Amino acid sequence: MELTPGERGTGDGGRRDGRMRELGPLIRDLRRIVGRQHVLVEPEDVIVYEQDGSILQAMPEVVVVPGSTAEVREVVRATRAAGVPIVPRGSGTGLAGGAVPADGGVIVSLARLNCLREVDLRGRTAVVEPGVINADVTKGIAPQGFFYAPDPSSQAACSVGGNLANNSGGPHTLAYGVTTNHTLGVEVVLHDGAPLWLGGSVPDTPGYDLCGIFVGSEGTLGVVVQGIVRLMRARESVRTVLAVFDRMDDATRVVVDVTSAGIVPAALEMMDQTTIEAVERGAPVGFPRDAEAVLLVEVEGVREHTERALREIQDICRRDAARDVRVAQSEQERIALWKGRKGAFGALGTLAPNYYVMDGVVPRSRLPETMRKVAEIGRAFGVRIANVFHAGDGNLHPNILFDMRIPGELDRVIEAGAAILRACIDAGGSLTGEHGIGLEKKAYMSWVFTEADLDAMARVRRAFDPAAGFNPGKVFPSPPACGEPRRAPAKIPAGLWV
Amino acid sequence: MTVALPHLQIPELDQCVHCGLCLMQCPTYRVTHLETESPRGRIHLVRAAAEGRIAPTERFAEHLYLCLMCRACETACPSGVQFGRIAEAAREVLGPPGSRFSRAVAGLAFTRLFPHLGRLRLLVTMLRAYQRSGLRRLARYLPKRLREMEALLPPVPDRYFVPEAEVLPALGPRRARVALLSGCVMPLLFGEINEATVRVLRRNGCDVLIPKDQGCCAALNVHNGEMVAAKAMARRNIDVFLSAGVDAVVVNAAGCGATMKEYSHLLAGDPLYAEKAARFSALVRDASEFLSGLGLVPGLGRLEMTVTYQDPCHLAHGQKVRAQPRQLLAAIPGLTLVEMDASDRCCGSAGIYNITHPEMSQTLLAEKMVSIARTKAPAVVAPNPGCMLQLRSGVQRGGNGVTVYHLMDLLDRAYQLGEARP
Repeated sequence: MELTPGERGTGDGGRRDGRMRELGPLIRDLRRIVGRQHVLVEPEDVIVYEQDGSILQAMPEVVVVPGSTAEVREVVRATRAAGVPIVPRGSGTGLAGGAVPADGGVIVSLARLNCLREVDLRGRTAVVEPGVINADVTKGIAPQGFFYAPDPSSQAACSVGGNLANNSGGPHTLAYGVTTNHTLGVEVVLHDGAPLWLGGSVPDTPGYDLCGIFVGSEGTLGVVVQGIVRLMRARESVRTVLAVFDRMDDATRVVVDVTSAGIVPAALEMMDQTTIEAVERGAPVGFPRDAEAVLLVEVEGVREHTERALREIQDICRRDAARDVRVAQSEQERIALWKGRKGAFGALGTLAPNYYVMDGVVPRSRLPETMRKVAEIGRAFGVRIANVFHAGDGNLHPNILFDMRIPGELDRVIEAGAAILRACIDAGGSLTGEHGIGLEKKAYMSWVFTEADLDAMARVRRAFDPAAGFNPGKVFPSPPACGEPRRAPAKIPAGLWV
Repeated sequence: MTVALPHLQIPELDQCVHCGLCLMQCPTYRVTHLETESPRGRIHLVRAAAEGRIAPTERFAEHLYLCLMCRACETACPSGVQFGRIAEAAREVLGPPGSRFSRAVAGLAFTRLFPHLGRLRLLVTMLRAYQRSGLRRLARYLPKRLREMEALLPPVPDRYFVPEAEVLPALGPRRARVALLSGCVMPLLFGEINEATVRVLRRNGCDVLIPKDQGCCAALNVHNGEMVAAKAMARRNIDVFLSAGVDAVVVNAAGCGATMKEYSHLLAGDPLYAEKAARFSALVRDASEFLSGLGLVPGLGRLEMTVTYQDPCHLAHGQKVRAQPRQLLAAIPGLTLVEMDASDRCCGSAGIYNITHPEMSQTLLAEKMVSIARTKAPAVVAPNPGCMLQLRSGVQRGGNGVTVYHLMDLLDRAYQLGEARP
């Protein structure tokens, strides 16, 4: 694992050449199916697909970018018939290495399947292809007063297909739920290229919820080629409060107090001082740099409700020692506040070349103590941590800042991350709120699931894909022979460098 | 093992955390849907070449040169990665784009033509003679590629911009003393816009200096990896304009303004010029930025028209100047601004890009013409000569009769109307 950048190469020259010769017939087939310009094989092309939004990287052998569902079917059939694994990819903004081809193989990018096929405002559904950008769904229907609720912070770039794979959430998950709550049906392509509809355009279909199994399966069951999603009616009134705190403890107390007062904000987000610093360095929105934490609270609904909730929230913030409580006075100001929040991850690049984001969840009531614990872990491991997260859901995102080029740094960071996740689980929480398990957290699956649980999941997977050739090496912990379960670095497959 | 290119290992690379938020803002990614043609992908390619993981091959160069350098990714980037600097550094290593022949032609143009405005003028005059003669009819016998390039040549007007004096005094009380970059192509192809700019500045109480010895800003050189001549041209302009002793150096071409604001970066490693370059760059203002800061004097007449506004990339993304041109438009009585969708997306002009990459350029232009048409405005304002040429060629092709204006054009007209009917 201790490879320095100069030694990494593009995939071991000679070995890659040999492998590419083996893949020759498949590459010819793929070119015939999608056209030459949509099949990438040269190192100077495929190397850009070795990464997603996470810190993990591995070189694919081939990248295919089909332009229709029919092409996807043929690509899947040809690739899997050749015994080559497939890694489906949306926009590659994932944070757990889900689109990183751990075992090489063929990346099937769905970026060109980006048609918003049907919008039924009366039925409040839309039929979307997987490559449609999340924000574009809302953009198309906003003038008519509708929106698509799942709003990951990367929504300006991430795809609906990627959201489906990861069952993504976002700041407004608190009020509206995650992707699965907004997905009625999916059309998928199975390992033999056969298409299959799961779910439908009505909210409840008889039998097992197979659509629900597909949502959040991280590309391990098949390739989604279209989905039917719910649309929601825009709320009459949306109000956003920025509360500034001198102490993190006070901010976390507000989260507990707001929710226990029976108020359900649409979003309740927190950023700590380090994150504020990053945002203000990158694309400043005017968050106070000397505050230990800020909360962004949004309420939606009919005007009478939002005004009352706004007052109650302001009262609670003041009671819990907020230094400043500010209500956005215009839509412009509201958008600016959210722009700061949604760009926070990307802005971490102003503080360090790399960040490792954790996605642990804890019960809200345990938030204050967990945040203290996270700070303690940062001190113990000597790492700098930036916190920006969905406080209302208890979904933490401690970002460990580091420089991968410093030898030994990555190991320390991964250990610190593991300690944070352990603390979340000990507090009665979970490994991931919305980013998925991917490559990154698969070693920790055994912390929350027994052998029997994992075996049941593996059998579900084999029911869809007997050879397990879709996105191999993800979600499930590798066999114990690969290394000790507690030491994450040793669990990362050889040839994969992070 | 491929050789590492350590001089490509520039600090900007470390700031990219590959979050992907740039993807959908990148015109070439939007068209191709390929990571290789995205800012994130290009940054990764440069990083990989710097580390010696890939060689700077022909394909590598294609990916870097398909970029329009519109810098929309810089606006989108939450980490403030200055992609333009990364691409410029990579292009410096690669040299000018294209085949050996076109590289040689481009190299000649960058080092022998643009630094010598007299030669450029001679060439444009020859072009004018060609356009006026019957020779033009023979163009259809040219090979397809050359024929397309010939069609892109703008008609050369009868009159060039020739200021009557080096200093033109303010009309009314003096409020500022400014120098104008008259430009390389601007005085030849857009002389009237320079004249309009001078009139608007003078009317707003500015003494306007137009130093004779100024040269081309070197934007084309910088964007095409030709840094030696670029630095020499920058040094010359710095000397000329700094010795003029002005409050601001006003530029009415967005691409030139962005480049001149970055002389400080271009010459940061030059011990003799680093400090002067910083001082110079701090003086550079786009004409709209300067006038909006100064505040327009009254006297604008009514201009009953509806326009839409195209943000030139190097104004909106390169200089972060978005509000000021709109403020000036709003100041014109009778004028209505209808915003188009994605007004800050590149029109495909991008310097010489429309010549080097006609296919991508035309795709982007076609989309832009649709956005303009959707506003139903009969006119579009684009305060940058490159965008104006491109949009005019789009109008010619599409034949929807939209008129393309420079912002200074409209301000000048409004003032003239105000004078006629006070």
